[in-house]
Amino acid sequence: MKKTFAKLALAGLMASTIAGGAFAEDDTIKVGILHSLSGTMAISETTLKDAMLMLIEEQNKKGGLLGKKLEAVVVDPASDWPLFAEKARELIEVNGVDAVFGCWTSVSRKSVLPVFEELNSLLFYPVQYEGEESQRNVFYTGAAPNQQAIPAVDYLMNEEGVERWVLAGTDYVYPRTTNKILEAYLKSKGVADEDIMINYTPFGHSDWQTIVSDIKTFGSAGKKTAVVSTINGDANVPFYKELGNAGIKAEDIPVVAFSVGEEELAGLDTAPLVGHLAAWNYFQSADTEANAEFIDAWHAYIGDDNRVTNDPMEAHFIGFNMWVEAVEKAGTTDPDAVIDAIVGVSVPNLTGGYSAMMPNHHITKPVLIGEIQDDGQFETVWETSGLVVGDAWSDYLEGSKDLISDWRAPLSCGNFNTVTGKCGGSGS
Amino acid sequence: MSLMRSFLLLLSLAASLLATPALAQSDAATLRPLINELAKGKYSETEKQIGALVATGDPQVAPALEALSDGDLYARKADGEVFIIKKAGKAYTLIDPLTMETAGEASKREIKKIKVNNSLRRVIRSALGSLTLMAPDPAVRMAAAEAIFKAKDPDGIEALDAAIAAEADDGVRKKMEEARAAAVLNSDMDEAAKLQAVSTLGTMGNRDALSRLIAVQSSSEGALREAATTEITKIEKSIAAWDAAQNIWYGLSLGSVLLLAAIGLAITFGVMGVINMAHGEMVMIGAYVTFVVQEFIRSSAPGLFEYSLFIALPLAFLTSGLVGVAIERGVIRWLYGRPLETLLATWGISLVLQQAVRSIFGPTNREVGNPDWMSGAFEIGQMTITYNRMWIIVFAMLVFAGLMLVLKKTPFGLYTRAVTQNRRMAASMGIRTPWIDALTFGLGSGIAGIAGVALSQIDNVSPNLGQGYIIDSFMVVVFGGVGNLWGTLVGAMTLGVVNKFLEPYAGAVLGKIFVLVFIILFIQKRPRGLFALKGRAVEA
Repeated sequence: MKKTFAKLALAGLMASTIAGGAFAEDDTIKVGILHSLSGTMAISETTLKDAMLMLIEEQNKKGGLLGKKLEAVVVDPASDWPLFAEKARELIEVNGVDAVFGCWTSVSRKSVLPVFEELNSLLFYPVQYEGEESQRNVFYTGAAPNQQAIPAVDYLMNEEGVERWVLAGTDYVYPRTTNKILEAYLKSKGVADEDIMINYTPFGHSDWQTIVSDIKTFGSAGKKTAVVSTINGDANVPFYKELGNAGIKAEDIPVVAFSVGEEELAGLDTAPLVGHLAAWNYFQSADTEANAEFIDAWHAYIGDDNRVTNDPMEAHFIGFNMWVEAVEKAGTTDPDAVIDAIVGVSVPNLTGGYSAMMPNHHITKPVLIGEIQDDGQFETVWETSGLVVGDAWSDYLEGSKDLISDWRAPLSCGNFNTVTGKCGGSGS
Repeated sequence: MSLMRSFLLLLSLAASLLATPALAQSDAATLRPLINELAKGKYSETEKQIGALVATGDPQVAPALEALSDGDLYARKADGEVFIIKKAGKAYTLIDPLTMETAGEASKREIKKIKVNNSLRRVIRSALGSLTLMAPDPAVRMAAAEAIFKAKDPDGIEALDAAIAAEADDGVRKKMEEARAAAVLNSDMDEAAKLQAVSTLGTMGNRDALSRLIAVQSSSEGALREAATTEITKIEKSIAAWDAAQNIWYGLSLGSVLLLAAIGLAITFGVMGVINMAHGEMVMIGAYVTFVVQEFIRSSAPGLFEYSLFIALPLAFLTSGLVGVAIERGVIRWLYGRPLETLLATWGISLVLQQAVRSIFGPTNREVGNPDWMSGAFEIGQMTITYNRMWIIVFAMLVFAGLMLVLKKTPFGLYTRAVTQNRRMAASMGIRTPWIDALTFGLGSGIAGIAGVALSQIDNVSPNLGQGYIIDSFMVVVFGGVGNLWGTLVGAMTLGVVNKFLEPYAGAVLGKIFVLVFIILFIQKRPRGLFALKGRAVEA
């Protein structure tokens, strides 16, 4: 998600398409994979490409789809946002794929939205995001803020008795929107202005001394304090290192993170992090039959028993299975038919339940709070009693609380304003 | 007096030693079921059970509670008996939490971990505090006092009174008195006792004390409130002064990181005039060398881990230096005098190197551990100084001094200076200028490599490591004055300190922008930077 000028200028030169055997025979169904394999986002997205290839291979072993084999088409948008749109167009127009699984950052998703709308194709987006969007051609299989951020804050408030909040994030759209929602939510719960500290840092920030010492000062006001972190990717490692070195323990000031998963912890000395929290909809440590099978299959596919699984991988697992089921239900891969068929489709998730596609193109998920363990895994310390329905439009923001999204026949609208009774309220 | 104390302590120690075996026999039967209860129910019930265990007042339960807090306490699924678990590979050894004797082995499927969260850990910490106040090891007593201070549990006052009376170590006694003050303020004791406690906290004078006093101030009235307010103003004043010192320290520390990243560039760009966009990748290669060295040590000689950085330093210098020489010989030497082409070519090289590392080591971050002497922090007054930052400042200064020596005192340095000042005359004097170019470039790259070893301690080791530093490095060199190492030093430190003084007011994002604007304005005024070269060398 870091964007240096170097990227901009040279991405065009460097980006090479790794399209796997396009223009094959007609008896295959093509599935596009749009994840960065080079550049800064390769760190997170390469794994998702591999996970998709594994899912497609497994589906083919089961006999494919509608009697045809599935064929993966992989392209590399090289962490370059405009290139995402170009590559998406290439996938749909040149390679003729029937559905695309991809994108990580919100800005890459925003850049491909018009392409999917114009060419009427399908995108499955697997990453937790800031909400405030619902698009006919996109299925959001990651968490909306009410499936991650709000339950995490509830947990800290109720179980840990936190009264003072630091909202720390990287300076871009996801943390800013999420923190806006959280701030509104905290205030609705009676938290005073002076008990909320909001802090933004640039991408790849590596000198955390001042901020950690600010957090320490903020936390010494006699009230229980916690940090809600939307700090992204690379910047987390030096942040946690500084926390550990400054002697801030999870028991004193816990940090709950929304962007730190198993994959991020894999490159970290986890000793100083033990006890800090993360909120996700899936942990590799989930103790279910389905999850054990998935992990085994992943290890066998990737040929390395030390590779971890994470939440966006589960989101692709759910999204892919939903698409397969919807195509079977519709009997065709035609996008319009699939969009109609997929709402209400329910498939097993990896945490022992079923996830269903809702009319707003978000899915139902359980919310888990996990504590970081010394082996880089999470241990679930709390989970919602049932599934949480993803809410595209936050109930805590002015201008978005009156909006609903329902893509079923009579309404067919992503931003229906319940007050004015019109489609196309504020928002996107 | 102190003799008397130590005597008392000895006596109480002896008494407790004598008493333990007797207790063990009589209590094992009653304690064991209580410990087994820990495995049942939710967090709230576990918390009650911890309370019940602590209520026995028996220090024997401490190991079980410690293990619970560390996540090492498991219940055997078959009969619900609770054991401490020692993991060795795939084997789990069961240890009886009371007798500490080994009780066989179990596989992962036969046992179930007792879950613990942060609030339980806090409960355990304060519980252990009151149980271990009389422990023979002063460090344990210190930790116990600190735990009670944090928990500020009024029930601990009695135990503290006894412990303070028996304490021989002045430091520990002071901590205990502070803990007692915190507990007293949280209890319903009379005002005189509380006033006394407020003044104890006032003398303590740090942030922890401040946080307690603020709580007192907001919940009390009359004389107590006044006393708290006076102490708070006093502490805040001293903290403000320390904050300024802390900011300077942060600035120096950021400056030393900038210096490390930029000093290699000061040679390749500053001295040789090569715009080397692949400089950041030399830093990255140094960091990856550290990773490889640590991996090797982990697998074949774990005892050497503490020295891994020292082993990595020369290797990183050599690796990055060799890559640097190869780049110079292979690409840059054909492009001397054509800065734009050099810029594009080295930019290309930087992307190639990044993707190469990504292909070899994978796109994810690699774990580089901190040796013990690089972890943790110590305090001077109200200032926290972390060891890794301190050593990096020291290291940056050593590298700077070393480089200065090489350039000023060795024949190689003399040749380098001669070649950069007047290439043709140097060549006429018999200096092989192409070799000097290659070696100088290698030296700059090698220095970048050892900077990578240091940066691996505070930053991610990922293929993108170098990118984060390239712009900052150019900024430092241009600001300090091209061609002058002292300029690089002063430039790096100035930018570090300015950045850190801006950050609390402007935030990290705006702070960075302000610094950039400041540099642009500065360059307008003094185009050659802080320490401009003078004389004929400039025109050459």
